[in-house]
Amino acid sequence: MGRKLLLEHINVPGINTLAVYREKGGYRAVEKALKTLTPEEIVEEVKKSGLRGRGGAGFPTGMKWSFLAKPEGVPRYLVCNADESEPGTFKDRYLMTHIPHALIEGMIVSSFALGANTSYIYVRGEMMPQIRILERAIEEAKAAGLLGKNILGSGYDLELYVQPGGGAYICGEETALLESLEGKRGNPRIKPPFPAIAGLYGCPTVVNNVESIAAVVPIINDGGDEYAKIGIGRSTGTKLISASGNLVKPGVYEIELGLPVEEFIYSDEYCGGIANGKRLKATVAGGSSVPVLPANLTLKLANGDPRLMSYESLSEGGFATGTMLGSGGFIAFDEDQCIVRNTWNFSRFYHHESCGQCSPCREGTGWMEKILHKIEHGHGTMEDIDLLWDVQRKIEGNTICPLGDAAAWPVASAIRHFRDEFEWHVKEPMKSQSTNYGLANYANPIEKAPEEVKSQN
Amino acid sequence: MSDLVKVTIDGITVEVENGTTILNAARQIGGDIVPPAMCYYSKLKGSGGKCRTCIVKVSKGSEKDPRPMPKLVASCRTTVMDGMEVLNITSPEVLEARAGVVEILLINHPLDCPVCDQAGECDLQNLGYEHGLQKTRYEFERRTFDRIDIGDKIQLHMNRCILCYRCVFTADQITNKRVHGILNRGDHSEISTYIQTAVDNDFSGNVIDVCPVGALTDKTFRFKNRVWFTKPVDAHRNCSHENCKGEVTLWYKGDDVLRVTARKDQFGEVEDFICNECRFDKKKTSDWTLEHPTHISETSVIASNHYETFKPLPVIKENLALQEANQRELEKTFKI
Repeated sequence: MGRKLLLEHINVPGINTLAVYREKGGYRAVEKALKTLTPEEIVEEVKKSGLRGRGGAGFPTGMKWSFLAKPEGVPRYLVCNADESEPGTFKDRYLMTHIPHALIEGMIVSSFALGANTSYIYVRGEMMPQIRILERAIEEAKAAGLLGKNILGSGYDLELYVQPGGGAYICGEETALLESLEGKRGNPRIKPPFPAIAGLYGCPTVVNNVESIAAVVPIINDGGDEYAKIGIGRSTGTKLISASGNLVKPGVYEIELGLPVEEFIYSDEYCGGIANGKRLKATVAGGSSVPVLPANLTLKLANGDPRLMSYESLSEGGFATGTMLGSGGFIAFDEDQCIVRNTWNFSRFYHHESCGQCSPCREGTGWMEKILHKIEHGHGTMEDIDLLWDVQRKIEGNTICPLGDAAAWPVASAIRHFRDEFEWHVKEPMKSQSTNYGLANYANPIEKAPEEVKSQN
Repeated sequence: MSDLVKVTIDGITVEVENGTTILNAARQIGGDIVPPAMCYYSKLKGSGGKCRTCIVKVSKGSEKDPRPMPKLVASCRTTVMDGMEVLNITSPEVLEARAGVVEILLINHPLDCPVCDQAGECDLQNLGYEHGLQKTRYEFERRTFDRIDIGDKIQLHMNRCILCYRCVFTADQITNKRVHGILNRGDHSEISTYIQTAVDNDFSGNVIDVCPVGALTDKTFRFKNRVWFTKPVDAHRNCSHENCKGEVTLWYKGDDVLRVTARKDQFGEVEDFICNECRFDKKKTSDWTLEHPTHISETSVIASNHYETFKPLPVIKENLALQEANQRELEKTFKI
């Protein structure tokens, strides 16, 4: 049984209310932080914990905090990125729905550490119930003296606001989020300057994911060193994984980083195996924007060692044989799923969500979607597959924000690992409309290091 | 701000002021190594970074931190560091990526150059000519927009737009009121006025000059003539508008002034923005004091028949790699 830090009391009735949350030890971190620690000490604890950003990029949170510029007389802001809209990721919504106070507690501690007196939670517009839940929780906290002026008599003031977004995927990118929060069109800014120097309203700003902020609570309660003991290597602590797809028990799981992928999929504690007795064909390990992997590479590294759920192990082998932990949106595909169709679906999403600011992403995502639509519907040619490869290469790395990369990677990895299936769609256009390519050799066990995988980059 | 930093672009070292962008450093050197810019405009604050045609490779970050930058960077928005080494036309990677951006810019462009008033002085046309493929690989229906009317002076042709945002910045910074902007998202973003109001103020005509393509053209010049059949002449008048110097270029066909534009520098940027009265209402030679014929680059379509032979700049004579790259650029420019 893995340790639970965030979801420990998730099943306690009424945990969404302040009374029950405090009964279960909630807001201990606020008392400890505001009464006994200095902001520098909190940042130091978070640094020691090795906590890495849970929103996708995996950048060390403590380091991000220490980059924050601190000019005199200029306000600083903490913004919580709750614009969770990556297909396959729903952990933040779960957390906010059931334990809103965990996020608010984390916001208070983090704002105190950063010296922010005004903080925002930017919630995606579609999550109206969660916005109401958070607002109610903020009211409760305010009534209890945990927010507002002179919190718990410490002399520290904090106002916390919930801001609904417009429901655009691009507003999950931190600079686009800031633009949107300022009331402008949600276009990503060109970096530098980074938000730590000039963010919200031109002031130094830290933008953190919901889970990163909630994870600050156990770090303060137990100490950074204690937190760092959980996990493996540089992937410390626990991580919420949103498991979906053809699994017996899809849902949000809190895992200790370093759990073998095989155990996560097949053990009864977690996903309980593939639904309906089918076999695993492929997985997307970290939300739609990370590379898709065939079953054999999901479970094992290229050298035959078991793959673990950690930042390092999942990205072992680069994009040739690896993927990324991303935001933890774990999608499993069984043998009946069509990778081409799924790639087209992802591509359609990125086409729809591109902000249209820089040209490779604006035009390229639409182009990829059209080519994939053509292949999926049996009108493709072999040249289309090569063209698709070329187009994704022209997008990747040439855009202002990572959405271009996020659009290119699923397509690149699908062609890299599932080219047979693409070719089958071209060669058997009629058959591909009624049947699926099936499992093929995608689950063949990896015994030893295969021949040098040709990096097509 | 007096401290100078050294930056090397394609093997040519130049000293520039701290805080200069790579693109502006390259412009100080001049010649082929200047990255093309479709969206950056030195006179408009905040422009640039969007079209991605000016991407370059930074092979050495700076003297202090010599690591190369992991991705190609937009030279118009990246500032130079002391000891930075940049590769533009000597890097095949950059040329390939740039050709990719050009291809992507062209996939939804209508390619209606034969009926476009911008043809001959179109940045996208030049770019496509130099970097584009002979044939498009895009086989789907091109994106089109509904036509909207933005007034009696300016013609908006949204299908040709590459969304460089220059006209938005111009309206923000040069005119006193912006009534147009970008609507919608992704590849359906469009320049529009939302409520169909006419763009109308003293300086609105400048959006025509800053537009790198034929998306915003002069209605008073519409279908009158091809640019290369007209003869540009620099002229001035005493303009009563406080912000307009009245220094313009007149485009003659025979004795008639067909069009008035602002004067442009060697990078195609407007030198001084002009008012609408000068641009649209003064189309008689008697309104103007003529100065001299406008200098047009010998590689421009407007000045065809005046090609010069290839003479390397003195600064690149010793650098073999750059000479080779220069030769390639020249062939691109003159290919038929």
